[in-house]
Amino acid sequence: MEFAAILARVQGCFPDVAGDSQPAVGDPWVTVAAAAICDVCTFLRDEPELRFDCLTNQSGLDLQAENKLQVVYHLFSYTHRHQLVLKVDTPRENAVVPTVESVWPAANWLEREIYDLFGIVFSDHTDLRRIMLPDDWVGHPLRKDYVEQEHYHGIATRRESLLR
Amino acid sequence: MGLQEYDIEVERDGLDTEEMTLNMGPQHPSTHGVLRFVVKADGEVMRKATPDVGYLHRSIEKIAEKVGYHGFMPYTDRVDYVAAMFCNQSWAMACERLAAIEVPVRGEYCRVVAAELNRISSHLLSAASMTLDIGAATPFFHAFREREKINDLLEELCGARLTYNYMRIGGVAWDLPPGFVEQTRAFLDDFEPALAEFHDLISGNKIYVERIAGVAPTSAARAVAYNLVGPNLRASGVDFDVRRDIPYSIYPQLKFAVPVGRGEVGTIGDCFDRYIVRMREIEQSVSLVRQCLEQMEPGPVLAKVPRKFRPPVGEVYVRVESARGDMGWYVVSDGSEFPVRCKIRTGSFAAMSMIEELSRGLMLADLVAVIASLDIVAPEVDR
Repeated sequence: MEFAAILARVQGCFPDVAGDSQPAVGDPWVTVAAAAICDVCTFLRDEPELRFDCLTNQSGLDLQAENKLQVVYHLFSYTHRHQLVLKVDTPRENAVVPTVESVWPAANWLEREIYDLFGIVFSDHTDLRRIMLPDDWVGHPLRKDYVEQEHYHGIATRRESLLR
Repeated sequence: MGLQEYDIEVERDGLDTEEMTLNMGPQHPSTHGVLRFVVKADGEVMRKATPDVGYLHRSIEKIAEKVGYHGFMPYTDRVDYVAAMFCNQSWAMACERLAAIEVPVRGEYCRVVAAELNRISSHLLSAASMTLDIGAATPFFHAFREREKINDLLEELCGARLTYNYMRIGGVAWDLPPGFVEQTRAFLDDFEPALAEFHDLISGNKIYVERIAGVAPTSAARAVAYNLVGPNLRASGVDFDVRRDIPYSIYPQLKFAVPVGRGEVGTIGDCFDRYIVRMREIEQSVSLVRQCLEQMEPGPVLAKVPRKFRPPVGEVYVRVESARGDMGWYVVSDGSEFPVRCKIRTGSFAAMSMIEELSRGLMLADLVAVIASLDIVAPEVDR
């Protein structure tokens, strides 16, 4: 199914939460309000004509200029071989997005990674721990304003360049 | 004489059956890199095995935001160093799609030749280490002997045996060197009987087959829900290959079959299916390399791309069929020299996240077979 048709189906059921955007280059996406993401995803997965059975990718994105964080969902349907991009905006401070773990189990680890590297909290997640970095690490490195801590357990995190 | 006669009370329920917590890794030979499992076991049966990853996190995605588009190419080699050609290719493809760059036809052929040779060597490594993990040492040497020849060929091609840095945005760095076509054909001629020999040696071996048949099967629905990709997904019976179903490069001009798991010795999607699907893909890759060498015409291999590469504002999600399956690169550009975001979604990451579910109720010794059959490469999980 083409993007416009999928969008029409989504908007038919969720008139106030879905809008669309077309970038100059790349795939168009649907913007969904954070509160509705779980319902929209369940609908996309279960609707026979859409059947987005796979969350192929979930990614964080820091849009510093617009002062917001985004979670980007790349969905794919093995049944119908079509794809869809969803985006959820969240403020940089107190970033909270409901988890879609109950819709696709693959989201469990993907959301842990976003939490670890962007500091976006996924509410109702069953196991929201850091995944890449140590549990006592300070900060979320993929945020644009991230400043690395100077020491970690007495170990310096920087050193003089060897090229002097 | 029964215990009753000694007047001893036997309370089955009161027996001490404490759960054991075992630590496997981070330095364990069968974990294929540095990663750790915390295993909760009841005797020999696992309650669950929880993977603990991140030991190889090198912040490659953050590096992408700092070094610019051209400069990031050598770093992509380190994402999956067993199959670096695919990381090169997917990064190049993402940039090309952002900036609408057309790759010369010969460049695409060079890419596919390099990538398919790399797929053979990666699958050989996977099969070799799987047999070794399970306790058969000889096939390991047979597979590595052949893999070594591919390393030699790729070294001839780009100067490196593992981290190739062969591709560029807009094509490949160098055309095939003189004599490469003949050497590759000679290798393939020798390799096909060697592959048959490998199958004779191990694929039908009763001990090996009984060790992995029916172990940890994944249904198609679970595999899709957990986003398993590539050979792991196809072993579960899902007939999907990015090269065929979301075509890129010159794959539409090439003929190849997509092997799927059939559960011929056990259940569909078990460890044996994952193994045998990979072995059958090797045969397809051999045929793909032959077809490319046959079809290639002389011509340029690299499009003209400005040194200061500034793709227009936009975002792409590129999918490439890597040796470990559908590899997704999400790249966002704001029109500057540096990408805003580069997210790499790899096959091993998804496979690793599924181990906790797969391990429930499995024998402890089977964990090794599961990790090996999912073909997990730890640096690809952590990036």
